[in-house]
Formats: sequence, structure tokens, C-alpha cells
Amino acid sequence: MYLDIWQFLGGLVHWLLVDIIGAFVGWLGFHGLEGWLGSPGVLNFVTILLVALIVFVVGMLISITLIWQERKTLGRLMDRRGTQVGPIGLFQNFADGLKVLVKEHIVPEAADSLVYNAAPVIIIGTSLAMFVTLPYSPGFYVSNSELGVLLTLALFGIVPFAVLLGGWASNNKYTLIGGMRAAAQIIAYEVPLLLSVVGVIILTGSLNFFEIVQWQQENIWLIAPMIIGAIVFTISMVAELERAPFDLPEAEAELVEGWGTEYGGMRFGLIMMSEYARGFVGSSIITLLFLGGWDMPDFLNFIPVGLWFLLKMFMVFGIIIWIRGALPRFRTDQLLHLGWRRLLPLAAINIAIAIVFKTMGWF
Amino acid sequence: MAEMWINMGPQHPMTHGLWNLRIKVDGETITDAEPVIGYLHRGWEKMVEDRRYPQIIPMADRLCYGSSFTWSHVYCMAAEDLMGVEVPERAKWIRAMSDELQRIGNHLMWLAAIGPDLGNLTIFLYAIREREAFLDLFQSLCGARMTYNYCRIGGVRNAAPPNWERDVLRTLDYFEKRLDEYEDLVDRNKVFRMRMEDLAPLPAKEAINLGFTGPTLRASGVKYDIRHNDPYEIYDQVDWHMCTADEGDTYARYRVRMDEMRMSVQIVRDILKKMPKDGPIRVKPPRTAPAGTGFARMEDPRGESLIYIASDGTDKPFRVKVRSPLFVILSGAKVLLKGYKVADVPSIMGMVDVCMGETDR
Repeated sequence: MYLDIWQFLGGLVHWLLVDIIGAFVGWLGFHGLEGWLGSPGVLNFVTILLVALIVFVVGMLISITLIWQERKTLGRLMDRRGTQVGPIGLFQNFADGLKVLVKEHIVPEAADSLVYNAAPVIIIGTSLAMFVTLPYSPGFYVSNSELGVLLTLALFGIVPFAVLLGGWASNNKYTLIGGMRAAAQIIAYEVPLLLSVVGVIILTGSLNFFEIVQWQQENIWLIAPMIIGAIVFTISMVAELERAPFDLPEAEAELVEGWGTEYGGMRFGLIMMSEYARGFVGSSIITLLFLGGWDMPDFLNFIPVGLWFLLKMFMVFGIIIWIRGALPRFRTDQLLHLGWRRLLPLAAINIAIAIVFKTMGWF
Repeated sequence: MAEMWINMGPQHPMTHGLWNLRIKVDGETITDAEPVIGYLHRGWEKMVEDRRYPQIIPMADRLCYGSSFTWSHVYCMAAEDLMGVEVPERAKWIRAMSDELQRIGNHLMWLAAIGPDLGNLTIFLYAIREREAFLDLFQSLCGARMTYNYCRIGGVRNAAPPNWERDVLRTLDYFEKRLDEYEDLVDRNKVFRMRMEDLAPLPAKEAINLGFTGPTLRASGVKYDIRHNDPYEIYDQVDWHMCTADEGDTYARYRVRMDEMRMSVQIVRDILKKMPKDGPIRVKPPRTAPAGTGFARMEDPRGESLIYIASDGTDKPFRVKVRSPLFVILSGAKVLLKGYKVADVPSIMGMVDVCMGETDR
């Protein structure tokens, strides 16, 4: 068992603040300050900051790796090479980030500058906030909340709202249509997405990621009994992430760049970045709910559990990339048709199957 | 949402060139459409009035970057009609073969363009990859990849290089396999079918009334192909048949073009079999044309292209008129688009293979 990140950093902070700085301050004679530094509140606060910083940096690095993975895989699917800067193209994203960083920051004159500026903050903020609920392994997590699944899915629901706000506030016809499409799209996929999770909750009896993974370790990966739910959840999740073939709000063929047409410079860069951060969270949720999280066969025990979880997550994201390479974009009415007349009944069937399994006591 | 006009263009990812499609939308539904052409107007017809007849050939190449050979071909045919020049037999076969290779290359460009229109970049890169093979063929034939300057009044510039037949047959074998791959990617893909089927269906009568020609007309079930109805060069001696479809929707337009690519492969193979292997390829045309008019039309990859030359007896034309198939088809934008969604605009307008060079001239 690995050391819990909270215990490890808590011990580190205690050693730093009490045994090193505290002792030094005490030797200088400031006993009040020494006591304040050693108080549980201060230790706790510094530990939280450190954990949040580490999880943030790790999450961002994984998101950047996902961009690289997408560009490379998509390139190979299309018979080209993909990114080329640096070893196996790994530095391309940093070069792109640097490029958008030095771009001028332009606000359209007729835009509603308050909402226009607030929308990216909401999008990026909620995307990064989702790292909080995500456990990588039993020891690497920020929060062990009883309602982790619900909180993550709720945070997902905020982004389309911000997209609508940003598209509307930009005062451009393309962005307006893109924003309206985001609002129409959320109606199509949000219901099947949540209903397909209900099956998982019925079987495991928990909304906590750790307990769901533990249940799968004790019984079976949920993709086996919940195959319909897994498919519905994956399709809805692709729509939730607004990735091709469901990237209607930023359909670049007819709407230029969709709702984000008027966002340039680092705003554009961070919005793109946050899309992949959400991609990371979405793939992680699929892994945790249906693919057993960090559960692995016994003979592979030498692989660290956190790495094993990430490997599964990269695999799930690879499938999402494959979908993007193979399919054209849906139309809004076709997406609504798919959501309400295909995915919703399937999600309902999935719930029925879960109830049958639960009442028969097979799992 | 109230109704509003949206300018799609002149610089817009949908437009494949520089033109402006104004659409009136009610929410996502299109209630009116108005194509605005003229952003790329270069005054082509006026420019060529100040050039001697052979100097117009490279100008005609630049009417369309996608199918430049067919445009210089139709110009040369019109000039030959004006001057009364008889083209040698072998040059006719070479011209027809180049026409068909150009048709494949142009249809591949179209296939590449509809991919991003529908939201899939994979088909774009696949089609561009295969177009490269045909550009290489043209490069070995005449040295250029896009604007060939290969056709001449009274023949073609040079004969095919050694090993030409072997290279062409190899390319065609390779291309036929790839064509199957595209059909796997597009035809057997439910989402592609959903985006294209029952979209902007046009009955035969309406297509004729709007003056449509080419694959767009044949997709509506009208059996009209200049190669068949008014055979030029050697098309009456080649074994081929016309590709049509009955539905008239976007998917039928797609199918007709895919079938035409297969048919072009067949035609090129047949031409290589029947082509005379030696003989003159070019006769010398007169420097000045007699006073009068010359006229030629042919089956361009996009439809019926036509050039009409009026001469006043000097070495420069008095007036040249170009009938672009796309100029006519784009005027039907309102009929095609009305009642469909904003998301359908690229798929409907991309399916007619927009090329602004010949439309605006």
C-alpha cells in the first residue's frame, strides 16, 4: 500500500513548520509565532494548499499529454505524422501555449465585456475544479466525498451554461448560434448521462468513487453487467465533452469557430486546455465507474496502481479519439433524436437490468 | 430568436473560395438564401481580349485550379472551331485521357472538401493523398502539377513520356483499391448517411429549369452528359456509360461523383488500349483567326462548360464568353437551401463542388 498523499504531505508540513522553522523561531525567542505555526489550523491549511497544487499540476500535465496523444493518434489515423516539435512531438503543445501567450488580448467593442470576460473564467474554473473529486489511486486524491460522482457530474453541467453566456456576450451571430446549440445539446445528452449512472449506483449502493472501485475489486468490473450503460455513458460523455462528432457548438464548417469565434490569445488557449482537462476527467470517470478504476489482475502487481489507472484512462481517451477520426459531425436535431429516442430508452433498460441483478442478489 | 441575415463569406470556412452566401435564418432554419458573387472577379473575359490566341491557353488553365486541363481543352476546341483546324487523331485520344485523369483529380478534390464540410478531417487527408498520385501523373506528362498549359490549338504540346502507360495503369489499380476504402469510410458509415440522405432533394424538372448540368443534374435522374449527347474528341469510340441516380438528394450527388470516378478509371483503361501509339500530335494553327465565331462545349467535372469566341479577323479575340456550370448551379442556392438547417449549408453547397475561379472569372 502506498502512503496516502495527505499523510505524506501532512507529515512533511509538520516537519517543516514545527521541527525546522518552528524550532528556529523558538530559538530566536518568538514563542507565540512558534505556537501559531504548530497549531493544527495552520498545518492543515498549508497541507491543503500543497495537495491542491500537486493535484493541479499533475492534472494539467496529464491534460497536455492528452492533447499530444490526440494529435499523434489522429495523425496516424489520417496517414500523417502529427506533431513534430521535440522528441516524438512532445513539445508542440508547449510551443503552441507560448504562441497564444504572446498574442494580443482583444475584447470586441460591442461585446458585453463583463460576461465576455467572465465566461472563460467559469469554464476554466469548473473544468479544473473537477480534479478535486477524482481519485487516481487509493492514496492519491484530494477529497474522499460521499457524493463524489454527483459533484463531478454537476460540475460538468455548468460548462454549457458558460458557453451560452460567452457566445451571447460576444455579440456575433456565429457565436450566438453556437451558444444556443450548446443549450440545445445539453437537453439531449444530460438525461441519458445521469440515468446510465443510476445503474451503477443501484448495484454498488454508493456515490463514492472509492466505494464503487472497491465494489468492483470485490465483485466484477461493472462493464460486464452494465455494458449497455457503459456504452450510453460513453456516448453521452463524448457529447458532454463537446468533442467530435458532437462538437456542434463549435462546428467549424458552418460557424467558423462556433461560440468561441471572438475569443483569442491566451483565453482561446486556456479554453482549449480546459476542454482536454474535461476530457481527462470524463475518461477517468468512465474508467472509475465501469473499468474498475485502479483494479488490476494479480500478476500485474508490479505496476503502480496510479499508473495503471492512468493507462486505462489513456485507453478510454484513445477510443474517444478514434470516434473523432471516423465520424462526421451530427446535426442538432439528429443529436436530440439520438439522445431522446435511442440513448434514453437504453439507459432505462440499463436501470432495469441493474434492478434485476440487485433483487436476484447475483452481485 | 428573431430572423436574421448571416453572411457566410467572403472569407468563411464553408465557402471553398471567395464568395458570399447570405442566408436568412429563423433560429437554425434557413428561410431565405442569396448568393453574392463578385468578390473574386478578375475580369477574365476582358483580360483575354488583349491576348493573342495561344496566349490565352495558360489563362484558361487558371479558370479553375481543380480542373485546369478541361478548361484549356474547351478553349482550344473553341479556337479550333473558329480557325477551322483539324486535330490529329492521336492528340484527340491524349486529350480525352487527360480529361478523364483530370476528372478523377478534381473529384478527389471535391471528396476532400466535403469531409471538413461534414465535420470529418480523415476523408480530407485520404483524398488529398490519392490526388497526389494523379498530380504526379500530370507532372510526368507535362511538367506541371496544377496549371498544365498542355493543350494547344491544333493538338497537345508533347506526347506522353516513356512508361506512361505503365505508370497510369499502376496508379489506377492503386486508386481503385483506395476508392473501395472511401466507400467503406463514407457509405457504410451511418452518420455520413444521416447527414446526406434526404437532404435538398431536387426533382428532375426543377433541376432542368434551374439550368443545372453535370453530376448535380444527373443525380436527379436526367440522362444528360455532353460526352454522350454531343460527343467531342473520341468519346463515341470509347466503351463507357453514363452515371446517374434517381433520388436527387445530396447522397445521390455524392454517389454519382463516386461512380464517375470509377467510370473515368474504366475510360482511361479503354483509351490506353485503343489509343494510336504513333502519329502526329499537333498541327500548326494560323496566327490570325478569320472573322466569325467559334464555339465548343464539353463535360467539365462540374457540368457543362462552354466557351464562345467572336473574332474580328485579327490575332486577338474580339470577345470571349465563358459559360461556367457552377455560376448556374450557385444561382439555385435559394431553392437548394430553403427549409434546411444552418448545419446543412456546407454539406449542400459543398456537394456541388464549388470553385470560384470559373464562377467569378
